[in-house]
Amino acid sequence: MINLLSALALVVVCVTTMLIAFHGLRLSRTTSDFYVASRTVRPWWNASAIGGEYLSAASFLGVAGLIVLSGQSGLWFPIGYTAGYLMLLLFVAAPLRRSQAYTIPDFAQIRFEESKSLRKITTYLVVVICWLYIVPQMHGAALTLSIATGLPGWLGPVIVAAVVCITVVSGGMRSVTFVQAFQYWFKLAALVVPTIFLLFQVIPEQSSTARLDSIATQLESVAGLNLYETISIILALLFGTLGLPHVLVRFYTNPTGQAARSTTVIVLGLLSVFYLLPTTLGVLGLLYAPQLGGNAETDATVLLLPSAVLDGFLGDSLTAIVVGGAFAAFLSTTSGLVVSLAGALSQEFFAGTVRGFRISTVLATALPVFIAVVTSSLALAGAIGNVFAFTASTICPLLLLGIWWRSLTARGAIAGMLTGAAACGLALMISSLLPEVDTLWFHMLRQPAAWSVPLAFVVMIAVSRATARSVPANADRIMARLHVPDRDSAF
Amino acid sequence: MSPALQITLIVTIVTVGIAVIGYFGFKISRSTKEMGTDAEEATFTTLHHMSVAVPHLERGLTVEGAAKSAKALRRLLNCPVLLISDTRHILATDAGIEFTADLEEQASEAFSTALATGKTQVKRLSGQDFVAAPIMVGNQPVGTVTALTPRAGAGFVRAVSEVAVFVSAQVSTAQLDENKAMLLEAQMRALRAQISPHFIYNSLNAIASFINTDPARARELVIEFADFTRYSFRRRGEFTTLAEELEAIDRYLLLEKARFGDRIKVSLQIAPEVLSTRIPFLSLQPLVENAVRHGLEARPDGGVISITATEDGMHAVISVEDDGVGMDPEQLSSVLAGTTVNMHVGLRNVDVRLRQLYGNSNGLIIDTAPGAGTQITLRIPKFLAPGTASIDE
Repeated sequence: MINLLSALALVVVCVTTMLIAFHGLRLSRTTSDFYVASRTVRPWWNASAIGGEYLSAASFLGVAGLIVLSGQSGLWFPIGYTAGYLMLLLFVAAPLRRSQAYTIPDFAQIRFEESKSLRKITTYLVVVICWLYIVPQMHGAALTLSIATGLPGWLGPVIVAAVVCITVVSGGMRSVTFVQAFQYWFKLAALVVPTIFLLFQVIPEQSSTARLDSIATQLESVAGLNLYETISIILALLFGTLGLPHVLVRFYTNPTGQAARSTTVIVLGLLSVFYLLPTTLGVLGLLYAPQLGGNAETDATVLLLPSAVLDGFLGDSLTAIVVGGAFAAFLSTTSGLVVSLAGALSQEFFAGTVRGFRISTVLATALPVFIAVVTSSLALAGAIGNVFAFTASTICPLLLLGIWWRSLTARGAIAGMLTGAAACGLALMISSLLPEVDTLWFHMLRQPAAWSVPLAFVVMIAVSRATARSVPANADRIMARLHVPDRDSAF
Repeated sequence: MSPALQITLIVTIVTVGIAVIGYFGFKISRSTKEMGTDAEEATFTTLHHMSVAVPHLERGLTVEGAAKSAKALRRLLNCPVLLISDTRHILATDAGIEFTADLEEQASEAFSTALATGKTQVKRLSGQDFVAAPIMVGNQPVGTVTALTPRAGAGFVRAVSEVAVFVSAQVSTAQLDENKAMLLEAQMRALRAQISPHFIYNSLNAIASFINTDPARARELVIEFADFTRYSFRRRGEFTTLAEELEAIDRYLLLEKARFGDRIKVSLQIAPEVLSTRIPFLSLQPLVENAVRHGLEARPDGGVISITATEDGMHAVISVEDDGVGMDPEQLSSVLAGTTVNMHVGLRNVDVRLRQLYGNSNGLIIDTAPGAGTQITLRIPKFLAPGTASIDE
């Protein structure tokens, strides 16, 4: 099925993104007024920008797909994706901003000046997390492209990678918070419009009580997750958000710790609003699932729904809007991740030069494209859930204990992160090789967060206790810097 | 599992196994062949233990470093207990036997006498002896190497003394590094941009000219002048934010405009994301002052100064540009190299500070030619590794 409008939407989004990249600088204001020039990024803009970068393929396509696949337990995903920011607000946002760190390895270095290996290991983990996170975006691109235009799926990742490489290397897109903020509102609109049309189409069909009943039975009839899996997923999503490199980088833009907190509160609101939409679409998807064509991939629900419910031009144009929004989601999240990744690589291997950053950008996109092309797509929300579990077992303990526990030692941090990485990574790998069975053991391997996150914490604390002599001498000073509220005139 | 797969697996395992065994066999046979005579081997072992002990002492006598080097030194001296102390406490003990509180007390006495006399001391207990040798830096003892041995002969005492001399050399190097860091810090303080005398003189003259004609403006200017001087005289911190530095530049330009009127125009293009970036204190104002003084002052119709700041991955890129008379690149490079004085001192000052803080590749980038204006660009990492900014706070 080739839909010309969808193909057009796809081209428009890609070309617009590149145009903004090339002319990005013109968007920043030119003035002769110092007061105007020195206005910092307001929390509202910053929050929209975080939302724009955060809402990825998993949110845009995956959430609805998961509700179709596993019914009401799929609802835990949007809740977890949002509630993670509550943890960020409570435990990390303000202290991280006050630490002056730009990236997570920077934070490790501030907390443990002496330990070069801790910085290295943190960098490698960040690289792995970014790669793992980019691959599902590429899968989403492959799926969307093949459904929207009928072109072979591998072209999707290649297009996304090419556009991202060009935008990141030319550097324009990054400097404009405005563009990323716009991405959030664009994605929101790309789901609001179809949702409203679909609801208007669906509501008059039956009496409302009968409809509600049918939704309820549909939601319950789908086999969901068991208690253990649910707990594990919630843990992974709550703690995983704390370590996402591309989100944490944005906090540097906030002038103070207080502004970092306000930003996070607004992000919570923005995400809550956004997730109403994929959830609604998922429920509508359940009602129309049989019509979507039997064994079609559930992740495509959002893409297929408009034309399944509405005929003709209206259906096609709504599909085109969704396709555009989906590609915007892949592009913005991927470019955010690639910038973090390329930054980490260039810092580690090229001494932070301009040329090094460019080489790193190409490296950062090439590998995920390759992986995405040779592997087949998992359920998008589930794949991202795994990345969150991995982040929660590695970076999250480092940040939480690093910020809140003065007795953490570099060796403890290293031991905890490596244990978490090994436990979570191996469990996920083994479970993907085993045939699916309904035993607790298998569930524990497939959703490792419930035990791998506590394990990482326990190892980190135990090893720190055992090496208590090597608590850095400046620990108290650093803790004070993290926790004492900012003075009015900064620094 | 299919037979073909099984065969492939078995072949792989066997190949890898043979490769591993072969590799280790080769290494072992080579290492025994090359070991040579007993004397050569002894020399090698001694030097090896020494080289293991060295790197841990490069930061001086620290608890962590001492613990690691004590281990290597004990193996070198082949004694049951070896401890390293500073002038008061035991920093690290490496013991092959149980090290009791009683022994610890005896050891403390032994190294105290060694510290007091500045010479190697032997303290004989029943059945075992402590040998304590002072670690000297200059003529001052800064710590000791103390070893416990069943029976301390002259040879062992000499060996301990030699080890102490060796450790002394390492600790001295560490202190040298520390002195170097202090020197650097002093240099940084001296380089910290000073407010230029020209500017004070010119500003006060400009203000004076307004006192009769426009007292309100004169009053405003005096306040701006006071605020600017307060900023540039402040003691706290080597760093400021881009936003604060821009504020200071604004004040500076207001005062210059009092003299030049509308001949100086300013155009700003600042990405708000980089406003909170930490930059060295007074690193931009001298560049703007250079643009005014050497770029625009000489032109009767003045010109435009553009300040831009953008984000570039892990860095913030800030540039100051003027369309004034430009500079001679040859002359400029001699200024930056420090061979010419007076002209553009502010530029050199900023350049040196940037290089010291961010490494040699992050100095000023200057594009200029006579008559073609000047563009000066800074590329500042958003994150500065701790330790480099020693005068912060």
